[in-house]
This record gives sequence, C-alpha cells and structure tokens, in this order.
Amino acid sequence: MTRFRFLLRRPFELIPVLFGISLISFVLLQLTPGDPVRLLLGPKASEEAIALVRQRYGLDQPVIAQYFYYIKNVLSGDFGQSLSFRSAIGPVLLQRIGPTLYILSYGLILSVVFTLILGVTAARSRGGILDQTIRLICVVGVGIPSYFVGLLLVLLLSLKIKVFPVSGYADSNLANLYHLFLPALTIAISVTPILTRNFRATLMQQMNAGYAVAALSKGVPADQVFWRHVFWNSLLPTVSLFGVVASFLIGGTVVIENVFNIPGLGLLLVRSVLSRDYLVVQGVTLVMASGIVISNLLIDVLMAALDPRIKT
Amino acid sequence: MTAASWLRHQAPASLQIGLTVTLLWLLAAAFAPLLAPFDPIKTDAVNALLPPGGGHLLGTDSVGRDVLSRILFGARMDLLMAVAGVLGPFVLGTAIGLLAGYSGGWLDAVLMRILEVTISFPYFVLVIAIVSIMGPGLTSYIVSLTIVNWVTYARLVRAETLVLTQADFILAARVLGYGRGRIMARHIFPNAIVPSAVFLMTDAVLTIVLGSSLGFLGLGVQPPTPEWGVMIAEGRTYLGSAWWISLCPGVALCSLAFGLSLVADGVAQVLDPES
Repeated sequence: MTRFRFLLRRPFELIPVLFGISLISFVLLQLTPGDPVRLLLGPKASEEAIALVRQRYGLDQPVIAQYFYYIKNVLSGDFGQSLSFRSAIGPVLLQRIGPTLYILSYGLILSVVFTLILGVTAARSRGGILDQTIRLICVVGVGIPSYFVGLLLVLLLSLKIKVFPVSGYADSNLANLYHLFLPALTIAISVTPILTRNFRATLMQQMNAGYAVAALSKGVPADQVFWRHVFWNSLLPTVSLFGVVASFLIGGTVVIENVFNIPGLGLLLVRSVLSRDYLVVQGVTLVMASGIVISNLLIDVLMAALDPRIKT
Repeated sequence: MTAASWLRHQAPASLQIGLTVTLLWLLAAAFAPLLAPFDPIKTDAVNALLPPGGGHLLGTDSVGRDVLSRILFGARMDLLMAVAGVLGPFVLGTAIGLLAGYSGGWLDAVLMRILEVTISFPYFVLVIAIVSIMGPGLTSYIVSLTIVNWVTYARLVRAETLVLTQADFILAARVLGYGRGRIMARHIFPNAIVPSAVFLMTDAVLTIVLGSSLGFLGLGVQPPTPEWGVMIAEGRTYLGSAWWISLCPGVALCSLAFGLSLVADGVAQVLDPES
C-alpha cells in the first residue's frame, strides 16, 4: 500500500483550491443585487426580525467576518433559506443530487462503451474508410449542441416511434435505466467524440511504440500484441482525460436535465437563476465545484491503481 | 503564389469546405435584411404554424413569424456571439500568459493559483452563476466568458513564453536595453501566439454551442431577438406537430459549427502538421 501514500497528501493540496472556490462563491453572493434579508423576509417584515436574521447569518459583521460565518454555515450544511421553496436549501440540494449523479454515471458508462468500440475500430483500420469516418465524426461531433441531439432523440424515439418516454424521472433505480436512457445517450453522444479522439491517437501511438514493433518482429500475432499490450497501455492517458471531461459532463447535465425535465441540480440551477433565488444558485455552484474536486481526487486514486509508477 | 490560389489548389480539403460554409453564413448574416423574405420579429397570428413550402420556405412558428427570416437574422447574433465570446478571453488570457511567463516569480505564482481555481470550477456552471448576477443578455455573456475562459489561452501563451524567454534574440533585445513592455509586445507576443491562434478556431465552435445553450435555457439573448438557441427552445412544445420550428435553426447551428470545426481542423493541419 505504500505506493498509495502520496494520496494522503492530496487532500491538503486541495485546500487552496477549496479556499478559492468558497471565496468565488462568496464574492458572487456579495455581488448579487438587493438585500438578501429583506428579500427573504418580504416587505412587511419588522425591523427586529430583520436584525435577528442579519445576526444569525452574521450579516451585521464586517465583510471578512461574514466570510468566516459563511464558511462555518456551509460546513455545517446550512446554505441559507430558499426564496422560492420557502425552506432550508441544504435538504433541497441533497434531494437533487441523486438524479444528477444517476444520469452522470449512466451517461459516463455509455460513453466509455462507445469510446472503447469506436477507438479500437478506428485504430485497427487505421487510414481506412472506417478510421476516416470515425475521425470525421469526432471533429464534427464537438460542434453539435447536446440539447439539439436530445430534442432529435425525443422526436425520433419518443414521438415518431414511441419507444422511450419524453421526459421525467421514475422512483426506482431499475426503472430509471429505461426512463433515463435518452438523457444518458445524449450525454454519451456529446462526450464520446472528445474521448474517442484521444483514445484513438493513443492507440495509434502505442501501436508504433518500440515494444509493439519488437513483439511483432519476433512473430507474436498482431491480435495478441494489440489486445495483450497496446490496448491496456492506451487506457491510462484516456483515464487522465476524465478530469477535463468531468467539468464538461457537469455542464452537459445542466442542459440535459432541462431538456428532459429531470429533477436534478441542473434543473434547480436554471430555475433558480430565472427566479432570482441567488442563495440556491450559489449552493448549487458550490456543490458542483466540490463534485469536480472530488472526481479529480478519485481519478488520481484510479490512476495510481492502474499505474504503479505514478508517485507525485 | 497568392493566398487565393493556395487555398484553391493546395489547402487541405477540410479547410476549403469549412471556409466555404463559414463564408456562406457570414454573407447570409451580412445581407440578412436583403435576403429575408419577411420581418423576423413581427407576429402574424393568422399564418401561425404553417408547414414549410408555399410562401414560407421553412414554415412559420407559433406566432406566425417566418422561420427562414428568423434564421437569417439569427445568424447575425450567433456569429456575433462567436466572435465576441472568443475575443475577450483571447485578449485577457494572452496578456496574463505573457505577463506570468515573462515575469516569473511571485506574480507568476499568484496568477497560476488564480488559474487553477478557475479551472477547478465547472466551466458552464460558473458562466451561469455570473449570468445570474448580471442578468441574461449579450453583455453578461461576454463578461462571463471572459472571466471563465481566459485560462486556456493563458496556459498556452505562458508555456510558449517560458521557452522564448530563454532564446538568444530575447537576450539580445534585453542587452540592447529594450523595456519589458516592448520585449513582450514586439518580440515574444508574435512568436508565442501560434498555439492559441489554432485553439481560437476550436474555441469559436465551443463558444457558439455554449452561447446557444444559454439562449436555449433562457439565460442568453432574450426573445423576441432571433437567436438559434432561443428559436430551438421556442419550438420545443411543438416538436411533435411542427418540427420545423426547432429543427431548422438546429440544422443551421450544426452547419455553422461544422464549418468552423473543419476550419479549425484545417488550420491545425497547416500550422501544426505534427498533430
């Protein structure tokens, strides 16, 4: 286990990033127009009530002190009160994380499957017609907006041929495999080009590497060289790309949840922006940014597990 | 050899096709008032939801506006968003990258920390958070993209600058007593710009997609201004009965993005044949 020891240091390296994230969301909130307390309590609130709430959230203190109040509240799960839900934000966020995580992981699994198939197909027919087609799909695929892909899938598979539901979210995880198939497919279609482009390039590069050429010249069958060596060695750079893709994925779900009406964080975010519920916007931003930080940490663990040489 | 004949005979096919598509959209946007058969904003309830064909080539939307005319005028907005959304980050990122790379020391360290934090934020979510403060619209779109998207340019330019700072000709410039500003602007900048210029084209594609996504969500350009993302959103409820309202602007958007992607791919092939 000694080779995982460096991972113990990683959480400490994340402190400046977490500090920055909290600072940015705090500043965002400071910049919002209007007095949050008056907005929260409504126009008829008494001066005492306003003073009380101000004190509870530390809003009567100087800005620096307010920042520490804010950190303290967030760490204890208190994100403040939502204007439109008329309730505490923490539980609302918690309830919305499930659907978002579900379609994120569902979409990610589909993308991995597509990437493996397309990447291997392209690399094995390098320069051929299949390879050229896949390359073109990857170049063009980046420019197709995911919400338009989503609408096309709905038009085709929900309205013309009634195979999948137009929108919504089921109660059980198993039913959601069917209910959320179209949203997950949409996410996969938008992420696969990026991953495939990288995986294909790595496969090509590894196929030309010295060890592969040596094995071939010794008479090892090409299939065996590819599946035993080249394939596994090509996985690593693609896994490291997931850090970049994570941010892209989260942005993608915000859009997709709105296309398919899935009650996750993304739908909450857009609705809250439109209804000027700033505290909720800030809460969602914070949760999503932390999600990126956590996913990066997980990728580090995965990388270390896959490659014993990684020690930073 | 002139640029025109090079483009016609020797440029990669992807660059030729991409430039043609992009140029067509630029022309469509420039001459929209002449090309559009109808007023893109005036409603006409009697002629609502007409299918393509007849007087309205691409049909009409739910309030009777001509879809083709709105697409042509929408091209102006979407192209403007692409250019404006790329320029801000490019300028800010290049300036920061030059400064960080050439100065080094604490300034570099501080700028790089800010960069790391910005990157750790989910890009699209940060854009939405900034839009929520400033209110939807073109200005908040440009400001938010500049704040969020400078990082890629800064990284690319900084990496080039670090190498260039060690070059003999920069040393010569320093020995000649040129000031920092002059060295950065006249000697390092022109040599450090190629990778970010290549990325600029790819970024334009991503920016168009992002801008129209904001429009689609109701957080970008506001109706009744014709914008493709907004138009796609307006047709959502009629997807089953009047598909043309969403599909036509969607195809327009994809074709422009397709053209720009091919240009990006071609430019990368010409300037950086290694990749």
